Amino acid sequence: MSQKVLLTAKEINIILHRLACQLIENHLDFKDTVLIGIQPRGVRVAERLKKILEEEYHIESIRLGYLDITFFRDDFRRGDKTLEANKTRIDFLVEGKKVVFVDDVLYTGRSIRAALTAIQSFGRPAEIELLTLIDRRFSRHLPIQPDYRGRQVDAINEEKVEVTWKEQDGEDTVFLVNK
Amino acid sequence: MSELSVDHLLGIKYLQKRDIDLIFETADHFKEVINRPIKKVPSLRDVTIANLFFENSTRTKLSFELAEKRLSADVINFSASQSSVKKGETLIDTVNNILSMKVDMVVMRHPNPGAGVFLSQHVNASIINAGDGAHEHPTQALLDSYSIRERLGEVAGKKVVIVGDILYSRVALSNIFALQLQGAEVKVCGPKTLIPKYIHTLGVGVETNLRKALEWCDVANMLRVQNERMDISYFPTTREYAQQFQLNKTLLDSLNKEIVVMHPGPINRGVEITSDVADSGQAIILNQVENGVAVRMAVIYLLASKIKQ
Repeated sequence: MSQKVLLTAKEINIILHRLACQLIENHLDFKDTVLIGIQPRGVRVAERLKKILEEEYHIESIRLGYLDITFFRDDFRRGDKTLEANKTRIDFLVEGKKVVFVDDVLYTGRSIRAALTAIQSFGRPAEIELLTLIDRRFSRHLPIQPDYRGRQVDAINEEKVEVTWKEQDGEDTVFLVNK
Repeated sequence: MSELSVDHLLGIKYLQKRDIDLIFETADHFKEVINRPIKKVPSLRDVTIANLFFENSTRTKLSFELAEKRLSADVINFSASQSSVKKGETLIDTVNNILSMKVDMVVMRHPNPGAGVFLSQHVNASIINAGDGAHEHPTQALLDSYSIRERLGEVAGKKVVIVGDILYSRVALSNIFALQLQGAEVKVCGPKTLIPKYIHTLGVGVETNLRKALEWCDVANMLRVQNERMDISYFPTTREYAQQFQLNKTLLDSLNKEIVVMHPGPINRGVEITSDVADSGQAIILNQVENGVAVRMAVIYLLASKIKQ
C-alpha cells in the first residue's frame, strides 16, 4: 500500500475559503439556504464551511443539518457487510429552502442519489446543489455533477481518495491511497 | 460488530450481548426515522415478509406490520382462523406453501413452545418468533429493555421486578434472559402458584410480597393475568389477586423513591394495575408501544441484511 499527499492542510484551507466565497456569491445572507452534511464524512467539511462563513464572513447562524443515507442506499444485501447507520439531525424544515449538500469525495454519485431521495422525508426543497471537496471525475455511475468543486482528481478504481481531519485524525490532509 | 450472530430471532436465549447492543443502536436510528414527516425508508423494497399468526394478537401484529411497511417490505398476512390449518395441514406444509410464493422472512406467533425453532430447522427463510406459547417473545423483551435504557440511561445494574403470571408468560422468560444478559438484576413476584418451581435456576430472586418487591426495584414490569391459558384456578378470585398484587396509586406513592412502571399490554385496568398508575408519568407503557416499532424495524433490517440475494 502506498499513499501520496494530494492536498496539504494549507491547500485545504485555501480551497475551503474559496468554496465559502462561491457559496456567498450564490446565497448572499443564507436566509433561505441550508447546509446538509452527508454522513459520515461530509459532516466535517460542512462544519468547517459553517465556521468560515460565520467567523470570517460574519454571516449569522448558518443552518446546518446532518443527513444519513444508509437506509436509502441501493446496495442493501449486495455486499458482505450489514450497512451501519449514522445519526441524522435536521432540526429545521427543508420545505421551500435552497439545500446545499456537502460531501468530502464525489465518486460514483450513488451516495448523492440516495441523499436526493432521503432529503424528501424532510420536505420539498426549492432547489438542491452539491458541494464536494474532491471530485473524482471519470468514475461516475450516474449523471450527477457538483455545483461547487474543491479539487478535481483523476484516480483509477483501485485507488482510494482519503480525507483526514485535524479534529478526528490529527491532521487535515487529502491522500491518494493505492491498495 | 455490525452483524447479528444469528440468522433468526427465535429467542433471547440465542443472542449475545453485542447483538442486543447492535439492535438498540440500529433502533435509535429508526426511532429518528419514524418521527420524521415522512416515516418510511426504502431499504427492504425487494424483501417479502409473511406474518403468520396462529394465535390472536393485535398490538404485536400491528407493530410488526407497521415496522415492515416503514422499511418498504412487501407484506402478506395470515391468520390461522381463516386458513387450511383448520383443514388439517401441517405447519411445515403451510409455511413451505407460503415460501413457494418467494417469501424471504417469516414472522410467526404460535401457541406451541419451540414452534419457531422447529420451523427454522425445516424451512429456508429467516424466522422471527413473535411469541411461541409460554416460551419466548423476544421482540417484546427487546423493546422493554430498550424502553428502560431510554428512560434510565442504561440497563446494566438496574433492578427489575416482573410481577404477575410468571408461569404462563413468555414475556417474563424473554425479559429475564434479556435483562440478565445486559447486567440487570431480576426478581419475580406473584402468587406462589404462578411462579415456576425451578425459577431460581435462572438466577432470579422470588418475592411474594409486592410492597417489598417494589421497594427493592428500579423498574416494575406488571404482567397481565392470562386467564385464557389457565385450565385450573391458580388463585381464588380476581379480587383477591388484585388485593395482593395490584399496583395502585396509594402503594406507588408510599414508596420512598420513584420507580418506572411498565406493562406489555393489553392492560386489565383495575386488576394488575389501576388506571391512575397506568396513566401516570411514571408509566412508560405507551413509550413501549412506540419503541416496539423502532426495535422491530431494527431486528427486521439486521436479519434481512443477512439474507443473500
